Amino acid sequence: MGQATRWLPWALCVMVGALVGVGTYTFRYAEGLSYLSNNPKACMNCHVMREHYDSWARSSHQTGATCNDCHVPHAFPEKYLVKMDNGWNHSKKFTLQNFREPIRIRRSNLLALQHNCVECHRAAVQDIAGHRDVEEGTARCTDCHRSVGHLALD
Amino acid sequence: MRRHWVAYGVAMVVTAALTAAVVALLMNIRERKHEARQTYVQLVELSEETVDPAEWGRNFPREYDGYKRTVDTQRTRYGGSENVSKLDEDPVWRRIFAGYAFGVDYREERGHAYSLEDQKQTLRTKQFKQPGACLQCHAGGMRRVYETVGGGDVQTGFEKVNAMPLEDAWKHVEHPIACIDCHDPVTMQLRVTRPGFLNAIKLVKAAEGIPNYDPNTMATRQEMRTFVCGQCHVEYYFKGKEKLLTYPWHKGLKVEQIEAYYDEVGHTDWTHAETGAPVLKAQHPEFEMWSQGVHARSGVACADCHMPYKREGAAKVTDHHIRSPLLNVSRACLQCHHFSEAEMLARAEAIQGRTQDLLDRAETALVALLDALLAAKRRGATERNLAPARQLQRKAQFRLDFISAENSMGFHAPQEAARILAEAIDYARQGQLEAERIRE
Repeated sequence: MGQATRWLPWALCVMVGALVGVGTYTFRYAEGLSYLSNNPKACMNCHVMREHYDSWARSSHQTGATCNDCHVPHAFPEKYLVKMDNGWNHSKKFTLQNFREPIRIRRSNLLALQHNCVECHRAAVQDIAGHRDVEEGTARCTDCHRSVGHLALD
Repeated sequence: MRRHWVAYGVAMVVTAALTAAVVALLMNIRERKHEARQTYVQLVELSEETVDPAEWGRNFPREYDGYKRTVDTQRTRYGGSENVSKLDEDPVWRRIFAGYAFGVDYREERGHAYSLEDQKQTLRTKQFKQPGACLQCHAGGMRRVYETVGGGDVQTGFEKVNAMPLEDAWKHVEHPIACIDCHDPVTMQLRVTRPGFLNAIKLVKAAEGIPNYDPNTMATRQEMRTFVCGQCHVEYYFKGKEKLLTYPWHKGLKVEQIEAYYDEVGHTDWTHAETGAPVLKAQHPEFEMWSQGVHARSGVACADCHMPYKREGAAKVTDHHIRSPLLNVSRACLQCHHFSEAEMLARAEAIQGRTQDLLDRAETALVALLDALLAAKRRGATERNLAPARQLQRKAQFRLDFISAENSMGFHAPQEAARILAEAIDYARQGQLEAERIRE
């Protein structure tokens, strides 16, 4: 009895070690650290965004703004909270393969997007950004300027 | 002591489960990464000799699965792909096609996988003599057949096969429209293999100031995603005694330009059995109609809507289950149009509903013209007196058929379809007035 309790902690240590090892390897293999970066290529890791990336690379914003610049808040810690929220959703859905296509942006992300348009282009749009529809999020820059980011349709 | 055992046991089970979960995730990621590399396993070496799509399917199982599903016959509101008789559905077409093979058997066409079988089943080939020209678009691997028959030269073989009886031409083929008709067997690049299209697109491009146009070397990939379909989904006729398969694009792709060409060369498909008018049969001018629409203008190809990309895991696959976009709205339309599926379907069906209404009116008008011509004949009208009304029947009938035979119920170019049907109605009523004026 006494002997068993002596090796049990060790056995558990080995198992936890294996878990941490496999976990770390998986994290690395899945390029987990890249998600903390601003590199647009990270958004293509799961392959669903390939077309979005390809068309962004030919868009007017290609030299000025990356995925994160438009799609996540700029401030800390909101940026990482939004990344966590979306990261969880994306990885869960892509792993389980149970999402509708074509994929559509969620309302919370749409509002963050709109906020970022105004933040960068404030000088140009300050006179209209205060309108009620804009404030309430029913009139958005991308309603008309659809092709500036990606999926160039014009 | 016992409590320790339990605690250790639970901790181990949990750790083991977590490890298993992480490994499962690792394997899942690995699988997705593998899919994303889009590699394919070459089990069969494909060449110009490999016509059987099943052979290609061993290398490209995803695409082949889709191709095989072209046997499906799901209907949309205004179209479908089961071989129902259009003449039974709307018997007025028996009168419109009176004296022509289409008046005996005219069915909804089925999917690509049936193209050869359907050709052998229709009464138009069973009861009527047809030339080998018909085969260009009903069998797979025609380029090879032309090359063989022509002793190495595709155009020579094309001309020879066109002229032979269809029954003889059938002996050269065994598969319906297949992979090899649109793909190079080695590079998988899209390619146009039908001489009918290659000869005709030269004319269209020459008129645009591009001499010696060859889509296989000069077209962009996006253009090829339309041209491979345009190989067959076009208006055509068999020229002269040699039955040379010809797409009438000498003056342009619009209905009146095609008609002007037919008038110039004096082509008539048949003489109408009731009225004696020299009439034309429009085939399935999808390419011509598409080229007049807003999608063509925006650079949207046939394949964008009829073969949209789909995702299988992380692999991007062109859906080879070629079908109506209305059966696949979310992939076919919503990539570009940011509306709901129901909204997109409603928009498309609104266009088709309006076209159908105009088509019904054009039919009614044409039948009124047939009746007026019959009445004039009964009154003893001379050939000379009948001629102007017969010419108007030719004009009206070609326009009506141009939209009726086109497989989109106006969707490929809504305003153009409405314009053509408006002309059909106008010419039919003008002809009716003309016929009613004849006194003896």
